[in-house]
Amino acid sequence: MADLMLAPLTPLGHALPEQRNIGPVTLTEVIDSALGSLTARAGRLAELAERAAAAGLPLPAPGQSAEAAPYGAFWLAPESWMVEAPFASHEDIRAHLVAIFGDAASITEQTDAWVRFDVTGADLPRLFERLSNVDLARAPDHAATRTVIDHIGCYLVKRGPTRISLFGPRSSAPSLWHALETAARAAF
Amino acid sequence: MIINHPILGPRDAQEFVYLGDAALIARPDGLAPGAQEAFHDYLYLRDNPAGLHRELWYHEQGDRSWLVVTRNTLTHEITQVELARDVARSLGRSK
Repeated sequence: MADLMLAPLTPLGHALPEQRNIGPVTLTEVIDSALGSLTARAGRLAELAERAAAAGLPLPAPGQSAEAAPYGAFWLAPESWMVEAPFASHEDIRAHLVAIFGDAASITEQTDAWVRFDVTGADLPRLFERLSNVDLARAPDHAATRTVIDHIGCYLVKRGPTRISLFGPRSSAPSLWHALETAARAAF
Repeated sequence: MIINHPILGPRDAQEFVYLGDAALIARPDGLAPGAQEAFHDYLYLRDNPAGLHRELWYHEQGDRSWLVVTRNTLTHEITQVELARDVARSLGRSK
């Protein structure tokens, strides 16, 4: 096998992840989480829930996210979740999940389909009211929803009052970053 | 317009895509006798009511579920929203 020395690039196309401070908010490109989607096969939701409970993997209710190290998860659709785990230990997240769920679930590796941007700081609703129709101020902690930001479909996870994770399509990473930067400069 | 999603609550209509008459769920059996006539009706014949209309909407920028929305075509008032999956199952269309 050829001994290739390929340098990995971040979703924004650089050697190291970006970070930008704009007023009170910090935008961070996060590259250390692995993603896999988990969907119950027909009629096997109960078995999936049992196996998840045995493995300590949370399956949050609709519109919510939950964390239980090493796994985190947010709700995608009926009987379907996105599972997060640390990239360093779970780079092959599908193999980890298949070991837990066997054929009770359809599991798809999603890590490189998405870019994750974390937005931290006080007064995040002031920024996000310019970006999407999610009512962030009234959303409870751990709320998770799909939304549209600058025509880009994203998942928004409210980790806490001052921390939000956005998952957008990796191929649109620079556009989403631009939207965040522009709105943050306008808001603060 | 706000669509009251049965799982996610009220969501803006811009998150949805409209498909058409919910009667599209009742796709005829292509191997049954008279299938050609049944498919002609299924494809081309639509009711166009001035009043309550059951129609399919897709929550594309949400949880990607198909919904059956009962909407008044005169007032745009939405009186009922169901998961299309549940409607299809109640019609025996799905497992």
